Amino acid sequence: MPDHDHDHDHSELSDIQLRVRALETILTEKGYVDPAALDLIVESYETKIGPKNGAHLVARAWIDPDFKAALLADATAAANSLGHVSPVGSHLIAVENTPRTHNLVVCTLCSCYPWEVLGLPPVWYKSAPYRSRAVIDPKGVLSDFGVTLPADTEIRIWDSTAETRFIVVPMRPLGTENWSEDRLADIVTRDCMIGTGLPKSAP
Amino acid sequence: MSNTIHDMGGMHGFGKVEPEPNEPVFHAAWEGRVHALQRVMGAIGLWTIDGGRASLETLPPQTYLAATYYQRWFLGLERRVVTHGLVGADELATGHSLHTPAPLTRKISAADAAKPPIRGNFERPATAFAHFKVGDRVRTRNLNPATHTRLPRYARDKEGVIEAIRGCHVYPDTAAIGQGDNPQWLYTVVFTGRELWGDDADPSIKVSIEAFEPYLIAV
Repeated sequence: MPDHDHDHDHSELSDIQLRVRALETILTEKGYVDPAALDLIVESYETKIGPKNGAHLVARAWIDPDFKAALLADATAAANSLGHVSPVGSHLIAVENTPRTHNLVVCTLCSCYPWEVLGLPPVWYKSAPYRSRAVIDPKGVLSDFGVTLPADTEIRIWDSTAETRFIVVPMRPLGTENWSEDRLADIVTRDCMIGTGLPKSAP
Repeated sequence: MSNTIHDMGGMHGFGKVEPEPNEPVFHAAWEGRVHALQRVMGAIGLWTIDGGRASLETLPPQTYLAATYYQRWFLGLERRVVTHGLVGADELATGHSLHTPAPLTRKISAADAAKPPIRGNFERPATAFAHFKVGDRVRTRNLNPATHTRLPRYARDKEGVIEAIRGCHVYPDTAAIGQGDNPQWLYTVVFTGRELWGDDADPSIKVSIEAFEPYLIAV
């Protein structure tokens, strides 16, 4: 509880690197943490867990209507039915963009984000401008990303206020008929699965 | 705490969203260490995910805003290890262990860490029938607890529609303060932009929250 003196915010945030190192040292000396485990966790997010997982879910949904139906019904089960996507925990929810509705995901209270399918969130997703404006001025937020939608598009914002997690299934761009799953996955950006972007258009 | 700076939905004045091209996963090595420490220490099981969030919400607003995401995580973790008796304030001051460690019942090994992390499941067996069904109109309660809640201010005392039932889940409002899982039905409730933001709001927007049953009353 906030019972100590917080008049000096600068000092609360200064020397953070040294303090992180000190805390890791204490926790290691006490045997609470194994530094090798820390190394592996950092490495997994830097090299293995990222938006490629989500991109494959979207690409598969674009080419396989049965998979798309399964993904929209229960995204966790659908993701775990594929061999080439890392395991996904409970209550992943896929929401589909249509010509009428564009979906945008935010967490106004903290920064809840579907790590397993998108990796760790970018700084902007965790920032005050995004968390404050997404629910009241989504078109302004989209314009910060250079995205303009047709005027009659309904924008649906999903505020991640519980332990459910959301991934947007964007619309498949024209001109990508007969593309392979891998080729399609390459145009499915992280931002288009949050709703702040659109898939890269076909060349 | 509930009415603190973390509850940002609808606030003005924070400026433009600034995406960073080719953003790295971590911007400095210490950020990765904080991320990993948070996971490993969380797995010990002394606090819940909601207790972790609640500890960040008790940061003074000026600290919360001045800190980056991983700085906040670090400040919260540093508080929790002390309040849960794992580390002494004197040890933080010296940067070394000075006392006998607390006994732990769970610990993440390097072998555990090598596996892909899978989110925990917060759904629990239902202890009662769900009060609402899809399509029901509901009003959110006007709740302002001094403790943790996941009902954002902008969505209090607002009328919406139940769009989906997500199962019966750990209730953050009690889990955060050590009062147990107390599972509650969880719903997706959708509101019009005008209900939330008034007659001048953009008519083309709808916003949903994930709302626990105690947040809702029938209309």
